[in-house]
Amino acid sequence: MLSTIQPPRYLSRFPLRGRTKSRSFHILSSAQPVTKTCFAADKSQILSIRDSLLNRHLSAVELTHSYLDRLKQTEPHINCFLHVSDPDKVLKQAQDIDDKIKRNEEVGPLAGVLVAIKDNICTADMPSTGGSYILEGYRPPFDATAVKRLKDLGAIVVGKTNLDEFGMGSTTEASAFKVTANPWDLSRVPGGSSGGSAASVSARQCVVSLGSDTGGSVRQPASFCGVVGLKPTYGRVSRFGLMAYASSLDVIGCFGSSVADTGILLHAISGHDSLDATSSKREVPDFTSQFTYASSLKSRPLEGLRVGLIRETVDAGVDSGVKSAIEGAAAHLEQLGCVLKEVSLPSFSLGLPAYYILASSESSSNLSRYDGVRYGNQASSDELNVLYEESRAKGFGSEVKMRILMGTYALSAGYYDAYYKRAQQVRTIIRKSFKAALDENDILISPAAPSAAYKIGEKKNDPLAMYAGDIMTVNVNLAGLPALVLPCGFVEGGAVGLPVGLQIIGAAFDEWCELPAKFAKHKCLLNGFFERNL
Amino acid sequence: MASTLFRTIQIHPFFLYPTALFSRRNGVLYCTMKSSQTQTATQEKQQPPKVKVPQHALKKTVDKITRDYEAIIGIETHVQLSTLTKAFCSCPYNYGSQPNTNICPICMGLPGALPVLNSKVIEFAVKLGLALNCKLSLNSKFDRKQYFYPDLPKGYQISQFDIPIATGGYVDLDLPLEFGGGHRKFGITRVHMEEDAGKLLHSGNGDYSQVDLNRAGVPLLEIVSEPDMRTGIEAAEYAAELQRVVRYLGISNGNMQEGSLRCDVNVSIRPVGQSEFGTKVEIKNLNSFSSINRAIDFEISRQALLHSQGQSDQIVQETRLWEEGAQKTVTMRKKEGLSDYRYFPEPNLPEVILTQEYVDSISNSLPELPEAKRRRYEKMGLSMQDVLFLANDMNVAEYFDETLSSGADIKLAANWIMGDIAAYMKNKKLSINDIKLTPQELAELIASIKSGTISGKIGKEVMFYFYYRVKQFKHFRVQQLFYLQILYDF
Repeated sequence: MLSTIQPPRYLSRFPLRGRTKSRSFHILSSAQPVTKTCFAADKSQILSIRDSLLNRHLSAVELTHSYLDRLKQTEPHINCFLHVSDPDKVLKQAQDIDDKIKRNEEVGPLAGVLVAIKDNICTADMPSTGGSYILEGYRPPFDATAVKRLKDLGAIVVGKTNLDEFGMGSTTEASAFKVTANPWDLSRVPGGSSGGSAASVSARQCVVSLGSDTGGSVRQPASFCGVVGLKPTYGRVSRFGLMAYASSLDVIGCFGSSVADTGILLHAISGHDSLDATSSKREVPDFTSQFTYASSLKSRPLEGLRVGLIRETVDAGVDSGVKSAIEGAAAHLEQLGCVLKEVSLPSFSLGLPAYYILASSESSSNLSRYDGVRYGNQASSDELNVLYEESRAKGFGSEVKMRILMGTYALSAGYYDAYYKRAQQVRTIIRKSFKAALDENDILISPAAPSAAYKIGEKKNDPLAMYAGDIMTVNVNLAGLPALVLPCGFVEGGAVGLPVGLQIIGAAFDEWCELPAKFAKHKCLLNGFFERNL
Repeated sequence: MASTLFRTIQIHPFFLYPTALFSRRNGVLYCTMKSSQTQTATQEKQQPPKVKVPQHALKKTVDKITRDYEAIIGIETHVQLSTLTKAFCSCPYNYGSQPNTNICPICMGLPGALPVLNSKVIEFAVKLGLALNCKLSLNSKFDRKQYFYPDLPKGYQISQFDIPIATGGYVDLDLPLEFGGGHRKFGITRVHMEEDAGKLLHSGNGDYSQVDLNRAGVPLLEIVSEPDMRTGIEAAEYAAELQRVVRYLGISNGNMQEGSLRCDVNVSIRPVGQSEFGTKVEIKNLNSFSSINRAIDFEISRQALLHSQGQSDQIVQETRLWEEGAQKTVTMRKKEGLSDYRYFPEPNLPEVILTQEYVDSISNSLPELPEAKRRRYEKMGLSMQDVLFLANDMNVAEYFDETLSSGADIKLAANWIMGDIAAYMKNKKLSINDIKLTPQELAELIASIKSGTISGKIGKEVMFYFYYRVKQFKHFRVQQLFYLQILYDF
C-alpha cells in the first residue's frame, strides 16, 4: 500500500533523526529531551493540540512554554521576529484556556495554538511596522479582520514576523530591521516577502503563521523553508488590516507544517467582511470536512483527478534539481491515480512584466499615505514639501523607493495607456488562459520557484534576477486563483539539502479541491521527512 | 451664518444703467449695493458696501465691456451630501464638531484601512442627475486622484474621472426681474461623486497649521457646468438654482457659509465675434451668491481693462482669490499647465452598476422641482414676480401649496403671503416655518374675506392675533361675530 512507495532516490541519504553538522542544531538536540511536542509531520498539529488539551494530556501552559523556549533558543540564529509578545501575557492567555477547560467550558477550535503574524498585518496590541522605518513603533488602533477572527477562536498571537519592507521583495533582505535566515541553512535566505512567517513555522517557533501573498510572497518562502504555504483566492480572506501593497493582487495567506493545519487556519480567517468591499460573499465550505486519515485512503485515492503540469515552468531557466523534484512529485501523483499531462500556457511569460507594472503602480499610490504627517516617523522641517521629502526619503528603503518611482512613472500623464492599461489587458489574457486550462484540468502544478534558497546577499545587487525568480508565482496573483505549495523534495545544498516546493493551482474559490489532493499526497510522500531537528 | 437670497440684492448691473448706478460724490464714483430679505432664521444685516473707483477708468471700462467683449463663465460646484455617515466609512459628520472627533481608521488613511461605499451616495447622485436632466451612466467606477497635501490623508482622493455617474444635462431658471428677468437654460457637463478632504487651520502668525480630518471622507457631488453663462447675475442665479434643487431633493442643505455648497468660477473674455476662447481664470473663496456676482463682474472688468490697454498677455491661466473686504480678486498661485493627478481606477471599490428599475424608482420618488413649480405657478396666472417669490423658497412654496389645497383663492393667497406675512417675517426675523399661522387657517381667513364675511382690514388685524397664538384662538372658527367680538375686547 502506501508504505511501499519509495522516497526519491536522492533523499535516501537524508538522515531521519540524529545529529547534523550545524552548531545551532547541536545546542537544541542536547537540550530538553524529545517531548510530546514533536508531532509527526503528516498529522495536523492543530488537531493534535486540541485533542491533547481537551483530553488533559497536555496543558496549554506547558505547550506554550515549549514553543516559547524553542523560540528563545532559535531566534538569535534565524531572526524571524520583529516583535515577540510579552511571555507573561502569552502564558496568561494559555492559563485562561487551561482554566476554561478545567471548568469544562467551550474553547475555540484554535485554543492554545500559537500563531505568528507577518508584520504588515495590523495587530492592535503590538507594533506593526510593515518592515519599514517609516512605521517604526507604530501601533494600530485596530486588529486586522483575519487577526480578530483568529483571536476569537482562541489562538494565541506569539509575535510579528519579519518581512521585506511593505511586502516588496523575495528574500527579507529588504526589511529595514533585520535579515531572517533560512532554518535549513543559516547562510541562505528564507524567501520573501513572508520570510519570517515561513521560517518561524519551519523552525517550530509557532504552530502556524499568517503571511501575505501579492506575487508569490507566501508560496516562494514556503518552498524555500520546506513548509506548506497556501494562497487563497483573491476575495476569500478579508484584506482589512493588511497594509496595502497592490490592492488588486494582495491576499492574506497561511503557513503550516501540514496541509491540514493550513486548511484549518484558512477556514478560520475566510469569509465575507463588510469592511472589505472586495471580499467575496461566497459561502466558505468547511475545508476540514475533507480530511481523512492516511490509513483509510484507498490505494489510488486521487483516481481520476486531472493534473496539468505547466510546460513553461519546467523549461529552461529552472534548476535541474528543482525540475527533478517536480517530475518526481508528478510521477508520484500519477501513482496516486492522477491523470497527468502537460499543459501549455503561452501567455505565461507575459505575467512578470505585467505584474511589476501593476504592482508598482498600485503600490506607488497605496504608499502615498506614509508621509509622516499623521503617524510614523516624521522628519522635522519648517516647510511642507521638505517634511514630505525627508520623511519618505529616510523612512523608505531603496527597494520601496524604486517601486514607487516605477509606479509613479507608469501612471503619469501620457504613459497610463502604454503601461498600466496595457498591463491590465495582459492580465485579462492571462486570466482567460488559466481559466481555459483549468476547464480541462482539475489542478495545475508547477515549481514554486526556479531554484531552492540562494545565499544571503546573492541577489542583492541584481534586482532583475530577483524579480525573475517570481516567474512561477505572479501569474496566479494576476488571475486571482488559489494556490498551495507543499514540500516535495530536496536539492543539494546546505547541511542536509534544501527543500523544494510543488505549487498546486486550483480554480477560483476551489481551495477545497486542492486540499484533499495535497493532503493525501503530503501524507504519502513526506512521512516524517520534515521533522526538523533544530 | 445667514445665506443671502441672491435675488434680493438690488444691484443694477452697471453696464445696463451706468449713470443710475453711480452717484457722484467728490469726483469719485460710488456704486451702492443693498441687500434685503434673508432666508434663514439667523439673519444678518448686511451693510451696503461702498466701492471707490477712479471715475475715468471705470467709465471707460464700462463702455468697453458693453461694446467689445463677451464674457464666458463656467462654474464648478461642490455639494456636500447630507448622508448620515461619510462616503466610505461609518463616521458621522457634524459641522462644527471639535477637531478630529468624527474620524476612524478609514477616513484617516491608516495603514490597512479600506473604503466601502455608502449606498446613499449613489442614491443622492442619481437624484441630482435626474433633477438636472442628465444622462446617467449605468456603469461607472471610482478613480484615484493623486496628490500630496496634509488635508488629504491617503495621498489620493477617491473620485470619478472618465466615467462620471451623470453627464450632459441642463438647468432651467428665470432671472430675477430686477435684473431684467428672462428665462435661461445652462448646460451641465457632468456630475460625479467624490470624497471631501479635511480642513487646515492656519495659525495666526503663519508659523504652523493644524489638520482637522472631521471633514475628510464626507461625500461630495461635483457639478461642472458648460461655459454658458455670460454675466455675473447669470452665474449667481445658476448657483442659487443649484441650491434650490439640492434643497428640494433633500440631498444637501446647500449652505454656502457652512461649506456645504462651494462654487469655483472660471471666467474668460473674448472680443465679440471671436470664436476662440480667451485665457481662463479661476476664482475661489466665494462665500455667497452676491460675492459670485461681484467677483465675476470685477474679473470681467479687470480682464477687459487689460485687454483694452493692450496687455491681454497679462491675463494668465491662474487661480485668484476673491477678497470680500477689498472687493477684488488677487492672485493665489499661477497655474503652470494642468496638474498630473495620475488617475487610475480605484482597485478597492467595485464598479457602480445601476439597473433601470433602480433609476426608475428614484425617478418616481422625486419631488416637484423648482422649474416645474415655477411653470405651474405661471400657468395658474400668477405674475413672474409672484412666481419667483413663491417658488424659489422651498418652504414658502410648500406653505403656498398647502394654502391652495385648503381651498384658498390663488391671487389672494399669493398676495397675503408676499405682503403681510413676508413683512411680518422680515420684521421679526423669522422663517415661514416659524409662523404660527397654519396654511389651513390662512385659507379659512382668505375664504372668509372673499365671501365678504369679514373685511380685508379686519383680516389683517386678526392675523396679528394669530401670530401670538392667543389661547382662545386655538380652535378657531370663521365667525363674523367671533372676530368682531375679539376686536371689541381689545
